[in-house]
Amino acid sequence: MESWHCRLFLKATFNIFLGIMILFGTSLQAAEPLEQKAEQIILPDLDRREIKEAKIDTEDFEVGFYVGLLSIEDFGVNGSAGIRLAYHISENFFAELAVGGSEAGETSYEVLGGSVRLLTDDQRIYGYYNISLGYNLFAGEAFFGKRAFNSDLYLIAGIGNTVFNEDDHATVSLGVGYRIIPRDWFAFHIDFRDHIFNSDILGADKVTHNLEISAGVTFFF
Amino acid sequence: MRISLVCFILVAIFTGGAAVAKDEYVEVIVTDPYLEMHTGPASGYPIFHVVERGEQVTILKRKTDWFKIRTSKNVEGWVFLNEMKQTKTLDGLPINLSDPTLAAFLKRDWEMGLMTGDFEGAVSATVFANYYPVRTLSLELSATQAIGNFSSSIMGNVRLMAHPFPEWRASPFFGLGMGYIKTSPDSTLVRSVDRDDPVANVTVGANIYISKRFVFRIEYNNYKVFTSRNDNEEVEEWKAGIAAFF
Repeated sequence: MESWHCRLFLKATFNIFLGIMILFGTSLQAAEPLEQKAEQIILPDLDRREIKEAKIDTEDFEVGFYVGLLSIEDFGVNGSAGIRLAYHISENFFAELAVGGSEAGETSYEVLGGSVRLLTDDQRIYGYYNISLGYNLFAGEAFFGKRAFNSDLYLIAGIGNTVFNEDDHATVSLGVGYRIIPRDWFAFHIDFRDHIFNSDILGADKVTHNLEISAGVTFFF
Repeated sequence: MRISLVCFILVAIFTGGAAVAKDEYVEVIVTDPYLEMHTGPASGYPIFHVVERGEQVTILKRKTDWFKIRTSKNVEGWVFLNEMKQTKTLDGLPINLSDPTLAAFLKRDWEMGLMTGDFEGAVSATVFANYYPVRTLSLELSATQAIGNFSSSIMGNVRLMAHPFPEWRASPFFGLGMGYIKTSPDSTLVRSVDRDDPVANVTVGANIYISKRFVFRIEYNNYKVFTSRNDNEEVEEWKAGIAAFF
């Protein structure tokens, strides 16, 4: 009887022990698989597509060249040429860098005086750059016969440098231009600029206005 | 033969603008009641076509805040950013188009711009590019030309700038920089030699967000020119300008 009691007690103890072990063990073991399971359950729902910025080709830069006529004050009208690079910041504003040059002719004094030379050939080289801000004033369609072309009339103002008589001259340039855009990626330009700087080449210091009219082609990229 | 070749090249040039592979284009569905299509990338160009809700359109390219789209009926035109933002991708997700705002300004990586001002009596023009590895620090490269009545100089600078309040719309900055300055006297003066000197500078200024991609910048610089003569030269410069950020 006693042994039966003892066996019962042992069995009960063993059962409890086993029960505790199983509970503990499973709970210990289950900690990880449960999490894995939870992940597996949620994963299909988490099939989230990342919203990336749409890849769209932008065409905010414009590069091109131009040829024209530059009237260098006191030195006659001469051919000029240059390159320009523009960045369109908004539909109205753009920033432009232009680099150009020309070669000064003779003053009327030199023409009349015959052999008189005021400047050497090197000193006659006229080079400039300007960084400008442009504003597209009138954007609209222009009609050539029955065909419509996109076009912009823009105002432009900038600062820069002019090298003339082998000297630097701080230059302000103001102008107006017309851009005809037959295709999205290229445009024709007609430009009128006034390059204004102080000069003392002919003795007294004075403000000179150097007017340039040019025509050019640009490409958008 | 030669004429036909020239014709072919001309045709290729004129049609070549759209020669990008078609599957690269983004396709979207209109969810606004309608999209207005302009003939060109500015509000001044006339509206010539309207796309209705539910129609699928292809985005071909972007110019500033305008998108060139093609409809299912092959009509091509330009749509403004605000209208374009209301479209959804084919998966039904809202489209993410870059729209420069104050939030974008606060997270900018690059800044490029131009400034003009007074360089100790001379007119100065500066171009600069600024890179922000973190929001509070930036590294700047700049080139300045200053043209005075008696001499002109050209200067390059590298600068480390601290932006203590990057979350402000008008954010002040301080900087320390080093560079090189080349000074050439005017040829109408008595001939003297060009000078090349190292230069160090301290700067104080502020970036002020205006709108879209525009930042207004104003700054004061104090330069120390380490001349080969007995005395170093000190130059003060004030300048202001605009920058665009990316």
